[in-house]
Formats: sequence, structure tokens, C-alpha cells
Amino acid sequence: MTAAVRAKGAGKTNVDRFLTVLRVVMIGFIAISLVAFIAQQIAPENPFAEWRHGDEGATRLSWAQYRGLLVTGISQGAMYGLIALGYSMVYGVLGFINFAHGEVFMVSAFTGFIVSTKFDAAGWWEGAAFFPAIIITVALCVIVSTSTAVIMERVAYRRLRGSPRLIPLITSIGVSFFIQEAVRLVFGPGAKGYPSNPDWLEERLPWLGIEVKKLVVIIIAAIAMAGLWYFVERTKTGKAMRAVAEDKEIASLMGIDVDKTIVKTFAVGGAMAGVAGILWGILFRSVINTTGFLPGIKAFTAAVVGGVGNLGGAMAGGVSLGGAEALGPLMILEPWGIPGVSQLRDAVAFTVLILVLLVKPTGLFGERLSSEERA
Amino acid sequence: MTRQEGSTPLLEFRDINTHYGAVHILKDVNLAIYPGELVCLLGGNASGKSTTLKTLLGMVKPTSGEVVLDGEVVNDKPTSYRVERGVTMVPENRRLFKRLSVKENLELGAYLRDDKEGIEADLERIFSMFPRVKERLTQKAGTLSGGEQQMVAMGRALMARPRVLLMDEPSMGLAPALVQTNFELIEQIHQEGIAIFMVEQNANMALSIADRGWVLQTGKVVLDNTAEALLADPDLRRSYLGQAD
Ligand SMILES: Nc1ncnc2c1ncn2[C@@H]1O[C@H](COP(=O)(O)OP(=O)(O)OP(=O)(O)O)[C@@H](O)[C@H]1O
Ligand SMILES: [Mg+2]
Repeated sequence: MTAAVRAKGAGKTNVDRFLTVLRVVMIGFIAISLVAFIAQQIAPENPFAEWRHGDEGATRLSWAQYRGLLVTGISQGAMYGLIALGYSMVYGVLGFINFAHGEVFMVSAFTGFIVSTKFDAAGWWEGAAFFPAIIITVALCVIVSTSTAVIMERVAYRRLRGSPRLIPLITSIGVSFFIQEAVRLVFGPGAKGYPSNPDWLEERLPWLGIEVKKLVVIIIAAIAMAGLWYFVERTKTGKAMRAVAEDKEIASLMGIDVDKTIVKTFAVGGAMAGVAGILWGILFRSVINTTGFLPGIKAFTAAVVGGVGNLGGAMAGGVSLGGAEALGPLMILEPWGIPGVSQLRDAVAFTVLILVLLVKPTGLFGERLSSEERA
Repeated sequence: MTRQEGSTPLLEFRDINTHYGAVHILKDVNLAIYPGELVCLLGGNASGKSTTLKTLLGMVKPTSGEVVLDGEVVNDKPTSYRVERGVTMVPENRRLFKRLSVKENLELGAYLRDDKEGIEADLERIFSMFPRVKERLTQKAGTLSGGEQQMVAMGRALMARPRVLLMDEPSMGLAPALVQTNFELIEQIHQEGIAIFMVEQNANMALSIADRGWVLQTGKVVLDNTAEALLADPDLRRSYLGQAD
């Protein structure tokens, strides 16, 4: 018995040692890569580059390439941030990760496809008519995604209130499959294409060289985030949400209707995912029933990076993750001469998740959990 | 101000039983609080005092019996219904929203009100009562000292414009010097015409300002008398409060 106890104790320290080695190896690898990257930017024909890339040495990146990658990264990251807000808000009030939140985003992208196709058939998806058409499309997407989130709460999660957190979490995975399969049943398994964007969206800004549609995505995401910030920090309902997130019993003592406030939290998170969904559709012009999966998981990563429950952190986490995903392959992997690095962005994104969990599990921007202990 | 004969109680328990799961906490409890009274509930640890307050407010549902507010049975009404009608509480350990600012905590106390001017006036009243609170309005409530937190907790409850204020161990965790000030504050609030129902471990202090009191022992009311009579009862502390002196 004592032997067993000792073995268990020893095992624990071995795990600790293993984790420490893992941290050191990962950070060391990244540090070496970055040094190699900087070196090859200065002198593409340095010995390390010649060792990894062969005699012709590495290639230097131009400023335009950087800028392109960064804008791509930030525009995708802004969408991750919008989705991440929903994970974070629901975690804030209910203490569980709603893994079906990615589907709320997908449902919005699908709505965008349906509505934009209709507008396109009527000749509204170009010229001056595009503006009212896109506003109506965004509104419908937000309405559908908000309703999806609210119905999800009502049907699947409300009755689980008060049960151990693992139960709604596993339920949310079920809800996620349900929505994915329901969409496939109704719309079929193939990818659906959005109509072509108006030409001006596909152009680049004259001297900055930034693609207009990416800039639009960043601006709309920023407006949505600012609106959310105002709502949460400055309105009475937002105050009630923060109170419910912190202490439900005392919130009800203030006269706050806790159930209604939770519904509103789902609604607001759903609306943000709705904005992200239509932006995604306009940017990539394609949607399939599994569209919510990767962005959903990455937004979850963004929420973890920012510290789950922390809204500013979720936004910052999203943008950082988008940037890391866009630049990481070239700055970390390319110096080693790994071929086809730009296809490894997903790997980079999840490495970021693992790294954050290894080094600072509470998130880079500090943790804000409720007064109850959270597992 | 003490009770007028013949008036209806503001809050009342009629044969209340409360359970947590299978555990029977309150057993056939009867009590009544009249407008403008200052009454206290005494009892040892785990005797069910906090449960009594939570049941009065609907934060815990009784398994049988009636909770009566202004003559109306409110068993099925939510907490907000009772708060709107003038019942509120300073909870055990104050329970401020630590991540919210002092100002936001106070505003949440007035959550169900929408008379802007009245709310402003009440804020001013609370600032004159607790000048320190005004200095700390933008500070996060979690960073306040214990005494300051007590002031904000009282202020938050007063922002609801209560007719009856339930207080769960208001002197807990305060330095001895502050306990005295705190009791004076409670009397001051009472003088404004607010009924007070106070749970206290500090029997002497509580009874010295109260009109009446109940003693709860393992969920049963074992004594129900005027404060003077309870103070004079030699067995009170030894038999019921589980205190040695
Ligand atoms: N939410 C709960 N679930 C289960 N049991 C509870 C709950 N709240 C209180 N109890 C139990 O009910 C009993 C009475 O609790 P209560 O808080 O009413 O006591 P109290 O008289 O206020 O004690 P104290 O003086 O220590 O504050 C205790 O045994 C406590 O453990
Ligand atoms: Mg108690």
C-alpha cells in the first residue's frame, strides 16, 4: 500500500518533469525558429538557412507579403474574436463551454447564403442595391443565429441548470452534432457557394494594398465588439449580466430575473456569432454544414488564450490567434525548410492552444471567474 | 416606533417547514414582523437562521406552510416580487459583487426601480450616511476593507427603498469598535421607519436595541418574547445559544 502511494507520488513528479521538458522544448523551438527567421530576413544565405534550405539559401519576405499575411490574419482573427465572445459570455454566467456555439456561427453563414442567393437572383447583389441588400442579409443572419442560441438554451441547457458542469458540456457536443446533421439533411452535404461579391469588395486599396473586403470585415467586427462592450459595461442589462455571472443568488436578491438574463447572454453571444457568420460568408463565399467546426474550435482557443470569461481577452485572443496563425507558419516553420508551410496554419493554431495551456492555463490576459470555484 | 395593535404583519411565517434535500431545517416555524419594528432572531450555528431569511425572500422554497407578505400568501412568487414590495436583505458575509464598482453595486440595489430622481436622492442620502462610500465609488467592491464593504452592503439594500430590512449577522467580521458603530447605524435606519429583522450571534447587543426576539434551536422556535424578557431570562444563553458564559 505504501509502495502504491509512493509510486503514485513519484508518477506525479514525473508528469511534472515531463511537462517542464515539454514547455522548455516548445519555447526553445519557437525561440530558435524566430532567431533563424530574423537571421534569414537579414541574410538569406546564412549557414543555418543553407543547412535547412539547401545551397540557394532561404527567401526573404517582402513588406507587401507581411502586410498581406497580417491583414488576412487579423480579419480572420476578428471573426474568431466575435465567436469567442459567445464562449466566454456563456462560460461567465453558466460555467460551462458551449461547444455548439460554432454551429450558431454556421447557421448564420447558411442564412447568409440563402438570402444573398435570393438577392442575387433579383439582381440586388451588385451596384447600389447591394447596400440595402447586405444590411437586410446581416439583420436576418443575426436574427437567425440569435434565435438558434436562445432555442438551444431553452431546449437543451435550461433543464440542466444546477447539474455538474460536465453534463451541459457533453450535451453541447450532442447539440452541435444535431445542428450539423439537421442542416445537412435539409440542404444536402455539398458546399454552397455565395454569389460573387461586387467588384469593389474584391479590389485593393490604392496605396495601402489592403483588400477592401478584409478591411470591411475588420471594421464591422470592430463596430460589433464596441457595441457589445457598451452593452455589457454601460447598460442596465449588461450590469445585470455581470451580476448574474458573479453571484446568481445575490443577483436574484437584487430583483434580477436570472433565467431571463441567461437567455439574454445566449442571445448576445449568438448575435456576435451571427455577425461573424455573414462576414465569413462574404470573405470565403462558401458554406457547408461543417463550416462551424474549425472556426468554432479556434474561437474556443481564442477564448482560452484571452482567459475564459474575460470579454476583452476573448477579442484580443481572437485577433492574436488570427495573427499567429497567419504569420506563425512562415516565421516558425519555414526557417526549418518544411515544405508547404502555409497549409499548417491549423496546426499552428492548436499549438498555440497547447502552449497557452502549458505555460499560462488561465489565459494571457488574466482570468475572470465567478466567486464560485470553477473546475 | 413599535407595533400598533391590530395592524397586519408586514411579513409572516405560518407553520413553515424548509428542507435542503432530505434534511429538515425549519420545523413548523411561526413568526411575524410588523411595520416599523426592530426584531431579532437568535440561535446557535446551523440552527437555521440564514435559512429563515432566505425562505422569507423566496431564495429557498418552503416545503409546507405559508410565507405571507402584507396579508398575501407569496409562496409561489419570485424573490423580485417581494423585493418590489419592500423586502430586502443584507446577506451573510455581505456578498457584494466584487468585480463590479461600488457605484454599480449601489445601482443594482435599485434594479427594480425606475424613478431616476428618487434613485439619485437615495444615493445622496447614502453618501451622507457613509461619506467614505462616496470617495470609493469607482473602486471595485472586492478591494474594499471589511468595514467599507459593510457600508456598501447596507447602502445597496437601502437603495431598494425597503419597508423591512433583513440583516444576516451584520456585525460578523467587523472589528469590535466597528460593531458598536454598526449597531448605531442599524438604529438610525430603524428610526427612519424601516422595520428591521436582524439575525445575530451577539445576543446582548441585539436585544438591547430590539423590540422583540425569537430564539431558534435546530430549526424550532424555542423562545418568543419581548427583548426585555429575553434579556432577563437567565437560561437564554446557557440553554439555547450554546454559549458558556
Ligand atoms: N444550500 C444548502 N444545501 C444544503 N444544506 C444547507 C444549505 N444551506 C444551509 N444548509 C444547512 O442547513 C443548516 C442551517 O443552515 P443556516 O445557514 O440556516 O444556519 P445558520 O443558523 O444561519 O448558521 P450560522 O450561524 O452558522 O450562519 C446547516 O446545517 C447547513 O449546513
Ligand atoms: Mg447564517
